[in-house]
Amino acid sequence: MSSESDPLLLEISDLQVEGFSEDQWHEIVKGVDLTLKRGEVLGLIGESGAGKSTIGMAAMGYAKPGCRIKGGSIKFNGIELTTASEEEKRKLRGSRIAYVAQSAAASFNPAHKIINQFSETVIHHGLGNRKQAYADAKELYRRLKMPEPDQIGFRYPHQVSGGQLQRAMTAMALSCRPDLIIFDEPTTALDVTTQIEVLVTIRDIVRQYNTAAIYISHDLAIVAQMADRIKVLRYGDSVEESATRDMLSNPRENYTKTLWAVRTFKKTVKPPDPQPAALVKVDDITATYPGASLPVLSNVSLEIQRGETVAIVGESGSGKSTLAKVITGLLPQDKGQILYEGVGLSSKYRDRSSYHLQKIQMIYQMADTAMNPRHRVRDILGRPLKFFLNLRGNEKEKRLRELMEMIELDPDKFLDRLPSELSGGEKQRVCIARAIAAQPSFIICDEVTSALDQLVAEGILRLLDRLQQELNLGYMFITHDIATVNAIADKVVVMLQGQVVDQGAKDEVFAPPQHEYTKLLLTSVPEMDPEWMDRVLAERAAKGGMKAAGY
Amino acid sequence: MSNILRILFQRLALGLFTLFIVSLIIFMGITLLPGDAAEAMLGQSATPDTVAALRVQLGLDLPPHTRYFNWLLGALQGDFGTSVGSGQQISSLIGTRFANTLFLAIFAATIAVPLALILGILAALYRSSVYDRVVNVVTLASISMPEFFISYILILFVSVKAGWLPSLANVQTGVPFLVRLEMTLLPALALTLMSVAHMMRMTRASIINLLANPYIEMATLKGIKKARIITHHALPNAWAPIVNVIVLNLAYLIVGVVVVEVVFVYPGLGQLLVDSVQRRDLPVVQAACLIFAATYILLNLFADIISIVTNPRLLNPK
Repeated sequence: MSSESDPLLLEISDLQVEGFSEDQWHEIVKGVDLTLKRGEVLGLIGESGAGKSTIGMAAMGYAKPGCRIKGGSIKFNGIELTTASEEEKRKLRGSRIAYVAQSAAASFNPAHKIINQFSETVIHHGLGNRKQAYADAKELYRRLKMPEPDQIGFRYPHQVSGGQLQRAMTAMALSCRPDLIIFDEPTTALDVTTQIEVLVTIRDIVRQYNTAAIYISHDLAIVAQMADRIKVLRYGDSVEESATRDMLSNPRENYTKTLWAVRTFKKTVKPPDPQPAALVKVDDITATYPGASLPVLSNVSLEIQRGETVAIVGESGSGKSTLAKVITGLLPQDKGQILYEGVGLSSKYRDRSSYHLQKIQMIYQMADTAMNPRHRVRDILGRPLKFFLNLRGNEKEKRLRELMEMIELDPDKFLDRLPSELSGGEKQRVCIARAIAAQPSFIICDEVTSALDQLVAEGILRLLDRLQQELNLGYMFITHDIATVNAIADKVVVMLQGQVVDQGAKDEVFAPPQHEYTKLLLTSVPEMDPEWMDRVLAERAAKGGMKAAGY
Repeated sequence: MSNILRILFQRLALGLFTLFIVSLIIFMGITLLPGDAAEAMLGQSATPDTVAALRVQLGLDLPPHTRYFNWLLGALQGDFGTSVGSGQQISSLIGTRFANTLFLAIFAATIAVPLALILGILAALYRSSVYDRVVNVVTLASISMPEFFISYILILFVSVKAGWLPSLANVQTGVPFLVRLEMTLLPALALTLMSVAHMMRMTRASIINLLANPYIEMATLKGIKKARIITHHALPNAWAPIVNVIVLNLAYLIVGVVVVEVVFVYPGLGQLLVDSVQRRDLPVVQAACLIFAATYILLNLFADIISIVTNPRLLNPK
C-alpha cells in the first residue's frame, strides 16, 4: 500500500477490455495507458464506440455485463484492481472511487427517495449514520446550489427535474468524499442553458474538495472547460494526450483536428423568393394534450416555403415536437389552422386526403425505433412506393434502386439488409429515403442528427441539403443544437414554453441576437475556449445573472 | 392521491363490467346446451306434457332475456335458485363447498407463495449456478406433469408406501382444525407443486430483467452488496409483475383445483361442479361458473391495485 502522499492516484497501463457479441469476443479497448494525479481532472474525449465509458468504468475495476477486462494493469492508490477480490473492489466503489452517470433519471432508483440513495452509500460503507448522512446531504445540496436544499432530498427521483437530478447525483458521488470521481457525460442529456449551470457546480465542487476526476464527453468544448489534461480516444485506442491549452492551440493528430473542424458545412443561402408563397402555414395554433389542463402550444404561427429550411429551436418541453404532431395531424389542435398550399388541413390525420398525407412526411430522431426491426430495407422503402404511388414489380424495383442512389447507399449491398445490419448513419439515411419515397414536398426533421456522431451528422446534413436542392423540398428542422441550425437553416423560429418568442431570417435572429432568450440560448453553447465558462459567468453576473432574466 | 382513487375506481368499474359480460356468456352457453333442467329432473320416460308443465312451473318457458335478468337479479341478492338434483337452495349448497375450496387454496398458497419467492430471489442472485439450474429443472418438471399424475404419485409414495398422510381428503364439517390440516396437506402439496414453478420463474425473470437497469449498475458502482441490491433496489420495482403472477396462480388454486379435488375426493366447489355436470344440474353449474369467474376477476383486480399502489410514480405525483 502506498501512502496518501503518493502523487499518483490512478495508473492504468496497457488496459485491454473485450465485449462479447455475436458469439465472439471483440476488443473494445486496445491497450490504453492513463495516469491521474491527486486532485487532477483528466478529460476523455472521442466519438461513440471510442471506449471512453469502458475505460471510465475500468478505473473502478468494473466491466459492464458482457464485457471483461482482459489484460493490463489498473492501480488505484497502489491497489491492483485487476487482481483484487470482488469484496475489495466493492469496498473501494462508492467510498474511494465514485461514478456519475449520463442519465440521472435512469440512474436513480425510482422506488427510493433521493436522500436515502445518498445516505445508503455512507451507511453501507460504515462511514456514518443516517442522521449525519442527511445533514451532509443537505449541506452538499446547498453547495451545489439546488433549490430548497433541506427539502429536495425527500422527493422521489421522478419529482425532480433532470438538471437537479444530475446535481443530486454529483452530491451522491461526493457522499463519502472519494479520491476519484468518474463523470460519464454528465450533462449530455441536459438542455444547454441547464448544462452550463451544472458544469459550473461540478467544476467548483471538484475544486473545493480537491477530488481527482475523469471527465468523459464527446464534446471537446465542454471537456475544455473542465479538464486540466485531455486524452483523445478513437476505436478503443488513444490518439493523443496533452494539457488542455496545448491540445486546443496545437493539436498534433489529424483526427483531433477533425473533432473541432466539424460543422464546416454551411448551406449556400439562396436569395429570398421575390414572390413568397407559403408551402405550409401554421396559423395561430393552440393545442393541449388529452387530459392536460394547460396548453402545450399557444398561438403559434409560422410559414415554410418551398425549397426553404425553417429551424425550430428550443429546449426540451418547449413544444417543438408537439408542433410536428399538430402539423402531421397526430394531435388535433384546439384553435387555429394548418394550411398546405393555401388549403386548410383537417386536424386529424385520419380525415386528411391521401394526397396531403403523401406530401407531408416526417423523419425521426431515433432511426432505430422508427423502423420495424424485422423488415428489410427493401420492404421499408417499398411500402410508401406501393401505398402512395401504387408501384409494383419492375417499376418498384427501379425506383427502389434510384432511392438508394439518392441516399448514397449501394442498392446491391443494402437493399436486403435488416436495420440491425446498418450503422447509425445508414439507418438515418434509410429513414430519409423512406420519407423521399412518398415524393413529398414538405418534410419535418425531428432532431434527426442528435443521436449521431459529429462527422456522421454532417454527412446527413449535406445529404438533406442536396435533396432539398434537387427536389425543391421545404424542411421544418426541429433541433436543440445551435450549431446544426447555423449549418442548415434559412429561417429560425425560437420557442419557449409552447410559444414562439423570436423568428425571422437566420441572420436577423442570430447575428446579433435581439431577444433575451435567444441571447441566453446562444451564449450557453460551449465554445472551444477554456475561458469560455468563466467569461459567460462574468458577463451574466454583470447583467444581474440569468435568473434575473426570468428564465 | 385523487389520481390513484380515479384509477382504482376505473379498475373496479372495468371488473364489474367484465363480470357482467362473463355472466352473459355463462348463461348463453348453458342455454345453448341441448336439454334443460325440466328434462333432467323428469328423466327420459317423461311425456312432453309433463315436461312442458314443469317448464312453466320453473319459469323456463319465459324468453331467454327475461330468464337471464331474473337469474342475474337473484344472483346479485345471493339467490341462485334451487338445485335440480337435490332440490336444495344452491346458495347453501355452494356455501360450504366454496369455503372448503378457499381453505385448500389458502393452505396451498401459504406454502407455495413464500417458497416461490425465496427460490426465485435465490435463483436470480445465483444466476446460472448449479442451484439455479436444479431449481429450474425441478419446478419445470413438476409443472409439466398433469395434475392427476402428480396427485397419484403423491398418494402412491406419501400415503400408500410411506403411510405418512391419509390419501383421502373427504373432510366433514366439524372436523378439528389440525386434523383438517393433516387431511388436506397432500392435495395442498399437489397444488403447490403445480403452482410454484410459475411464480418462482416469474420472480427470477422480473428481478433479472430489472438488474439490467442503469440504477442497478449505479448501486453496484456505489459498492452496495449484491444481496442488498436484490432486496433493496430490484425487488421494490419488481412487485408489479410478481404480484400479477402470484394472483394468477391464486386464481388457479381456487378455480383450477377441479381435478385435484376429484382425485382426493375433497368436498370443494370443483367437485360439486363436476358432479353437477354429470347430473345435468344446470342451475348449479351456472352458479359455480359465476362464482369462479367472480373470484378470478376479483383476484386480478387485486393484482392491479397492488401494482398501482407499489408504483412510487403514482403514489407520489409531481
